[in-house]
Amino acid sequence: MSTLEIRDLHVTVETENGTKEILKGVNLTINSGETHAIMGPNGSGKSTLAYSIAGHPKYTVTSGTVTLDGEDVLAMEVDERARAGLFLAMQYPVEVPGVTVSNFLRTAKTAIDGEAPKVRTWVKDVKGAMSNLKMDPAFAERNVNEGFSGGEKKRHEILQMELLKPKMAILDETDSGLDVDALRIVSEGVNRAKDETNCGVLLITHYTRILRYIKPDHVHVFVNGKVAEEGGPELADRLEAEGYDRYVNAAAEAKA
Amino acid sequence: MSTIEELNPGLADLGRYEYGWADSDTAGASAKRGLSPDVVTDISDRKSEPEWMKKLRLKSLNLFEKKPMPNWGSDLTGIDFQNIKYFVKSTEKQATTWDELPEDIKATYDKLGIPEAEKQRLIAGVAAQYESEVVYHQIREDLEEKGVIFVDTDSGLREHEDLFKEYFGSVIPAGDNKFAALNTAVWSGGSFIYVPPGVHVDIPLQAYFRINTENMGQFERTLIIADEGSYVHYVEGCTAPIYKTDSLHSAVVEIVVKKNARVRYTTIQNWSNNVYNLVTKRATCEEGATMEWIDGNIGSKVTMKYPAVFLMGEHAKGETLSIAFAGEGQHQDAGAKMVHAAPNTSSTIVSKSVARGGGRTSYRGLVQVLEGAEHSKSSVVCDALLVDQISRSDTYPYVDVREDDVQMGHEATVSKVSEDQLFYLRSRGLSEEEAMAMIVRGFVEPIARELPMEYALELNRLIELQMEGAVG
Repeated sequence: MSTLEIRDLHVTVETENGTKEILKGVNLTINSGETHAIMGPNGSGKSTLAYSIAGHPKYTVTSGTVTLDGEDVLAMEVDERARAGLFLAMQYPVEVPGVTVSNFLRTAKTAIDGEAPKVRTWVKDVKGAMSNLKMDPAFAERNVNEGFSGGEKKRHEILQMELLKPKMAILDETDSGLDVDALRIVSEGVNRAKDETNCGVLLITHYTRILRYIKPDHVHVFVNGKVAEEGGPELADRLEAEGYDRYVNAAAEAKA
Repeated sequence: MSTIEELNPGLADLGRYEYGWADSDTAGASAKRGLSPDVVTDISDRKSEPEWMKKLRLKSLNLFEKKPMPNWGSDLTGIDFQNIKYFVKSTEKQATTWDELPEDIKATYDKLGIPEAEKQRLIAGVAAQYESEVVYHQIREDLEEKGVIFVDTDSGLREHEDLFKEYFGSVIPAGDNKFAALNTAVWSGGSFIYVPPGVHVDIPLQAYFRINTENMGQFERTLIIADEGSYVHYVEGCTAPIYKTDSLHSAVVEIVVKKNARVRYTTIQNWSNNVYNLVTKRATCEEGATMEWIDGNIGSKVTMKYPAVFLMGEHAKGETLSIAFAGEGQHQDAGAKMVHAAPNTSSTIVSKSVARGGGRTSYRGLVQVLEGAEHSKSSVVCDALLVDQISRSDTYPYVDVREDDVQMGHEATVSKVSEDQLFYLRSRGLSEEEAMAMIVRGFVEPIARELPMEYALELNRLIELQMEGAVG
């Protein structure tokens, strides 16, 4: 049983116009086995939340805490966070020229586990996970994210989630740019990984359609750098019908 | 074999550096420092060389003294020619089997991994150079049966004088440049290879070099003749111990690639970071011949090396793939030279360089298309990767075309390791150093994949060593 706890998190980023506060006091608790959806309009700070938890150097935490099972995540280096059990499936994963997917996966697995995976089971695991995600075996010999389509990048991210077996997985707009079939395949991958490891999932999305495949236990509406409303799956249905206007307007009024 | 201890009073002094240990310097004690006609005559006499070679050496010494130091490329003012030993003899006679080698030399090669390579039969024969003299040399019998000559260059002169005399200095004359003149005056060791017409040597011939005497210059001389329609891959690798004072390595490699023959020459040099590595490498290609240089420069303080191919016959091909890696205090000034002297010749240059810790890499290349070399093609691609803000990379591409109907391509890129790449890899559990090493390995992969497996692995290890402490 693991718990990721975010308390009153404030985060700034440097822009051309000076320092800008993006997260303005985020509170969130995610336990193993739970799926939380964070939904919100563009520019509300959803991705900033994801990157701040993972430790991207572009973002500065000015106050608040993030803990994983009581351990201070913010005091950890990026790679220490990964080894502690955090995983971020990125919206725009970068290319690593000259490094094959199979080499990358094995290196990452070794780094996360602190020892090299057993050759025989590892090869089988990789092949199995790739086949589940409907990935061509030849994919393993391609260079990481180089020339991947949007859908291939997302499958590759979820492939990593399945193989690295994190305690907490943050999925940053994993649904964006996917057609219906790819969305279903990727979602099934997330569900498989979750069923197998009972990890916690923080699903960041703009749209409700992925929630047809990945059922959230909790839905948080994210507006202007903080959680504006929380509820169960029914909240997603309401957003589907009504959109974010109500929250955005309320936030604008509060600002004025 | 009762003489191991006698031969090796300093066995206990073996260091523990992985690529930077030093054996005891018992043999070097007798050698004189400095350069003079007496020193050159002495080298020739000790080897009992024919008169013509002695004369050539003395003439070359004269040329060396007359020629100016290069005023381009790297800073060479740190070389003190009078403080270098020009000839160091390690053991009196050459060993012909592994067991005959002195124990400390064996220990050295054990660290370099040579016996494993030998056991795996990945290599066709080992010419391991130790203190200027080849002490161990083995040729597999099947090579001998095919008429392939693979000996150290001193033996080449003794045993195959006619062949030797015909080609020695024919590709790189003594007066070519100051360091070629120096090498011709004081050369010692290196490999002499002759491959008869039509013979394909299907396993790489390999030599391992080490410098082991303080302030010792290593002036090996390699001569390869690939007769018509033959093929050979020669692999030269170097790792050197660390010394306090500057050391000079100035080799000359001459390759004659006859009609329709193909030669591949692979080097990964990892001289310690106080060595001036000034090497002249050149091949001539007759009609339909192919020359491939694969050149890795990891170590040394300064390297100036531009493997050249003279495309003399129609449809001849030249290719250079090079990797340079410059860390703190290093300048790798490397590149290639392609001279198109016949119609329908083609050349390719791919250069990848990585600079970190204030190191400096330069690509310096010349593509020359002479009059009459119509329908020639040349492609140059050079990519530089900067690991941090304080390192430097320059590109000096020279092109000289004297013919209208030619195809020339040139691409150059300089890239930096991006914050997002590092973040991506680190978010998968890799430390910053591991992430950096992975990015660098990926960057050089297009060349690493051309290396024999054991060398690709060694290159990866060397990159990891180089990247240690690269981030701060």
